[in-house]
Amino acid sequence: MDIDKKLVKKIATLSKVKIEETEVERISKDLSKIITWVEKLNEVDTKDVTPVANPSDIKIPFREDEINDGKIEDKILKNAPEKKAGYFVVPKVVE
Amino acid sequence: MDLKNISLEECLKLLKKKKISSKELTAFYLKEAEANKDLNAYISLNSDNAIKSAEESDKRISTNTSRPLEGIPIAIKDLFCTKDISTTAASKMLNDFKPTYESTVTQNLWDAGAILLGKTNLDEFAMGSSNETSFFGASINPWSKDNKKYVPGGSSGGSAAAVSGNIAIAATGTDTGGSIRQPASYCGIVGLKPTYGRCSRWGIVSFASSLDQAGPMTKTVNDAALMLDVMAGYDKKDSTSANLEKTNFYKNLKNNKKLRIGIPKQYKNDQLNDEIIKLWDLGIEYFKKNNCEIVEIDLPHTEYALATYYIISSAEASSNLARYDGIRYGLRNNSENINDLYEQTRSDGFGEEVKRRIMIGTYVLSAGYYDAYYLKAQKVRSKIINDFKKAFEKVDIIFTPTAPSDAFEEGSKIDDPIQMYLNDVFTVPVSLAGLPAISIPMGLSSNDLPLGFQIIGKSFDEDSVLSAAKIIEENANFKKEVG
Repeated sequence: MDIDKKLVKKIATLSKVKIEETEVERISKDLSKIITWVEKLNEVDTKDVTPVANPSDIKIPFREDEINDGKIEDKILKNAPEKKAGYFVVPKVVE
Repeated sequence: MDLKNISLEECLKLLKKKKISSKELTAFYLKEAEANKDLNAYISLNSDNAIKSAEESDKRISTNTSRPLEGIPIAIKDLFCTKDISTTAASKMLNDFKPTYESTVTQNLWDAGAILLGKTNLDEFAMGSSNETSFFGASINPWSKDNKKYVPGGSSGGSAAAVSGNIAIAATGTDTGGSIRQPASYCGIVGLKPTYGRCSRWGIVSFASSLDQAGPMTKTVNDAALMLDVMAGYDKKDSTSANLEKTNFYKNLKNNKKLRIGIPKQYKNDQLNDEIIKLWDLGIEYFKKNNCEIVEIDLPHTEYALATYYIISSAEASSNLARYDGIRYGLRNNSENINDLYEQTRSDGFGEEVKRRIMIGTYVLSAGYYDAYYLKAQKVRSKIINDFKKAFEKVDIIFTPTAPSDAFEEGSKIDDPIQMYLNDVFTVPVSLAGLPAISIPMGLSSNDLPLGFQIIGKSFDEDSVLSAAKIIEENANFKKEVG
């Protein structure tokens, strides 16, 4: 499948990655090549095949929804690029 | 005493007999690491703390309270979170990141007395097969020669270069599609990817969660077993961690195990060069000599593994890397507008290959394309897993080359993503099936560069993998010294 320039811009927006106008054509070529390459999978008959998300046969366990830590605000905020009064700081999002 | 070409197992003996102190050993490796900075194997060294830890280990040794890896300095791939110590994933995004917690695998190593020597270089977020996508520049293969720079492989290229270049006794790596095995092959060392679920993924910077697995990179098979015994174990903080009995890989190692060895006919394709086929046949002879039975097996969906892998791993990566938003940790490029902040931060913080994979992953998961790509790949993955299940009804292990070539020159493949992806053609199917596999050095190519071979086992049968590797190791007698 051809990933045209319009689709490249849509994917970039969904990916939250800013791309320059000058890069669009190169990325379009790159992605088209890779996507065409993976379309090889269409040769495989997968009718009635169950998709696999986890290669392990081990069942993922459930646990009780209990509080097992807390009071670690300092640790959580330690690497924050911008913080104030125990909160992460972000630009204004509500008008 | 030659501390340079020394195995972990030998070090443990010397420490125990008090022929050497951990402080001397650690200081020696720190000095060697400094002296070999041109390899660019380390992103950071843990110089001050390592010596302090070594002194503590020496106290324990003198009071006979040694733990299994007491006093052994090791290198850790800079993808494992280490508490209060810079953990970068070789990305600008995490250049200033100091985790407030320790990964389970590294904690297991410290609890066993190992000492952190430094954090090793890798492809950015473990995405690459040459180490060239690192924000800190590529690590160099210690086998490089004739004034040419060869890649150490990737993504665990720094760990492989450190062990091969004798600036670490052993190292950890992580493997998503071959990232332990391929660099081990390129650098002439042993690299073991355990069964998915054997080692906890908690605290390892995530790439593709249904594939990521930590493992040891060492000079010998015995060392790999010693390391894995400590690294492995159930961890309730990783929901896919296997709750099994305590392992005893080192004790269970045999060099005369009678095994049924599978040779997949699909791996012997036209593109494979003669010298690899010759070495492969030699390995088969080693097994025969050891009374192993050789069986040809069929893995019919092999040719679809790479495409399946690139859809699934990129999809999982695009989801996992959504967390890098410039708000909670990592790089932030400020803006008045929140969307702009996200986009500026991610464009600046991620390199080309990471962005490419995020975009592919986003595309294959997006509305209208999900079924055609992602769901399709999950179904083909199921067929690949079934191929292995059927093959393992007839054999105990599978023997193949690790990679289709020896190490290549820096810069020769970086502009062609698909050529780069083809390096993983033999390692990726194993990853999709979650099976354990080791790369073991067999010999040198006509270009005098190492070539490794891969031994694949059944789920949680690392014992057979290690024992088979032992047969190859003892027969091949690969020269450990570089150059």
